[in-house]
Amino acid sequence: MTTKLIGTSPNRRSVLTGMAAGGLLASGALPRFAQAQSSAPIKLGFQLHRTGIGASYGRWYERTAQAALKLLNEGGGINGRPVEIIFEDDGTDPRRGAEVVEKLASQAGVDAIFGPLFSHVVIGSAPRAGELKVPYLVCSEGYHVASGMLNRWTLQPGITDVRAQVSSMAPWVMNNLGKKVTMVFPDYAFGYDHRDFFTAAVEAQGGQVVAQLAIPPTETSFTRYLPQIPAETEVLYHVMVGPAVLTFVKELGEFYGTGPRPEIFGFIDSLEAVNIASPGLEFLEGTHFWEGHCRTQQADASEFEIAYRAAVGVDADGASVSDAKDVATYAHMFSTWETLFILKAGMEAAGYQGPADRQKLVEAIEAMTAMPASMAHPQGDKMFNGKTHQVFGHQNISKVEGGKLLRVHKTTLEDSMYEDAVDYTTMSF
Amino acid sequence: MAAVLALTAVGLSLVFGVMRVVNVAHGEFFMLGAVAAWFVTAFTPGPPVVGFVAALVLCPLLVGGVAALADRLVLKRLNYDPEATIVATIGLLYILQQAALSLYGPDARPVPAPFEWRIQLPWFGYSGYKLFVVAAACVILLAVWLFMTRSRAGLVMRATQIDRDTARAFGINVDRVYAGVFALGAGLAAIAAVLIVPIQQAHYLMGHDPLLLSFIVVIIGGLGSVRGTLVAALLIGLSDGVISVFYTPTLAKILATLFVALVLVFRPQGLFGAKQ
Repeated sequence: MTTKLIGTSPNRRSVLTGMAAGGLLASGALPRFAQAQSSAPIKLGFQLHRTGIGASYGRWYERTAQAALKLLNEGGGINGRPVEIIFEDDGTDPRRGAEVVEKLASQAGVDAIFGPLFSHVVIGSAPRAGELKVPYLVCSEGYHVASGMLNRWTLQPGITDVRAQVSSMAPWVMNNLGKKVTMVFPDYAFGYDHRDFFTAAVEAQGGQVVAQLAIPPTETSFTRYLPQIPAETEVLYHVMVGPAVLTFVKELGEFYGTGPRPEIFGFIDSLEAVNIASPGLEFLEGTHFWEGHCRTQQADASEFEIAYRAAVGVDADGASVSDAKDVATYAHMFSTWETLFILKAGMEAAGYQGPADRQKLVEAIEAMTAMPASMAHPQGDKMFNGKTHQVFGHQNISKVEGGKLLRVHKTTLEDSMYEDAVDYTTMSF
Repeated sequence: MAAVLALTAVGLSLVFGVMRVVNVAHGEFFMLGAVAAWFVTAFTPGPPVVGFVAALVLCPLLVGGVAALADRLVLKRLNYDPEATIVATIGLLYILQQAALSLYGPDARPVPAPFEWRIQLPWFGYSGYKLFVVAAACVILLAVWLFMTRSRAGLVMRATQIDRDTARAFGINVDRVYAGVFALGAGLAAIAAVLIVPIQQAHYLMGHDPLLLSFIVVIIGGLGSVRGTLVAALLIGLSDGVISVFYTPTLAKILATLFVALVLVFRPQGLFGAKQ
């Protein structure tokens, strides 16, 4: 396996060097008297949801980032320098998130920060990263990056945003499951992205959203919301997050039981870190899920995907190799891996020496476009839009068959693209 | 979930009624019960029923023990001074919460229900276990009521509630009564948690909601009045369910909070509380 990994890296490096054409290389190559080649480690900060409602994601994000770091350092680090990651827990709390950004940037003196997922935390923390002028690479799926809400220092190069995800999948849902949709989503920013863009995409396809159920993110029991699902619903669209996701899906099962039910299309977020074979979830057989990255290893899995799975320590069913009960947040966690390798590519393209070059790092990432599938991008090829700071990747729709998630549809990159709402490159640093 | 709410709130109400202690850590006793239930069921061999029954017996005892210890070590040394105990129980809240985080971890973990059985109605299904929870909570509440009104220990507790000094003059060991009441209150929260944990998952932050709802219930019902607590729990629990189904859950929360404000303004002693 090791030889395979090393074998891919010159490939990637040459591709990415080519991508960072233009004045960047010239300015990076200029000799600078104050900055001799340093062999000191490059320090990266990881804003981690180790505790709080995002803890199950945090556990796997840390493992994924550690595995990526190991591979990165085995392959020579960044610019020949070893890399360290400093993990700092933010409790999945926006206020603490801003403090973590400050602590990592000011006290630990990291070169860049990456890793936060929950959108309310990202929205709460990104302004501080902008003030401190530290590159902030989020893995949050929210549309808040591409919408122009944040700042030039905040980028999302590791995972597709919700707007792109839902609009690329809506046509398939309309054509294969039904036209009358009821949506169940969490009552905050991330859920509103789902509500707004899926509703728009459904209407563009001639479908109709017959009801929208917003559920407060701290809710612990969902039974009383379910009777609000109109009987005419053909497709139930659900996306939930937090520690109560298993309760939600179980109660959905109790509600429909063996009786007639609409087609169910869910975001795997509702089941991340949850074993799909848990008692009470039998009703999910035959339902569909969005997956950013397929939890069950597919028959046509790429060599990168298989090597990535092994490096992180996930078995073919998406659980930890050491504990089959410990199910991964597989659909999302690839984003931390890919973001780390984008940092590597960006730093190497920018000739990154130290914190003084942070701006060059952001510009180097903005200059990126196509990202071919590789060991740095095990989820598949992607297209980065430097103006909106957002990446676009393939989305998967899987069907539950025999307790496994089998992919039935994969969107193209073009399916997910939309018009730019912002041009961050015109903003000042 | 009015039934479980009633159980938790009665525990809070008892503690306040007898001891005049506003126990801010009550929600954490609830959480401890749930976490302990996870440990008990995870390490009990055999079918889920065995583990569940074991949890139902062991968890309240364990949590009650922790509460009695907290009473002896902390509250007693503050002489049950109302303001000091509020601050002390806030401290206790964080100690318990962070201890659970350190020892149990940040994950929400499911506890298997003792039985899987659902009722299929023509238009929707309902979990049979939830009906069992309601029945069990009613039985326990009845037991608490009988205990308070019929047993000698209940008599002692009520005597202490009415007049601490006179009770002491009659040879009642007030310290022991206080430890017992504090343990009983925490134990009730733990029972509620064991009942609820197969529906929800055990999580170190789960104590927050029950605490808030219990306070709402206890304020509306009247601090220290068990009967008022029961009525208010039914009122809040049912209205929350009904309003959430027909309108939105946010409206239900707004109305409950508004109701608390109105009660505090027009009837500060609560619907069933005695005038001081």
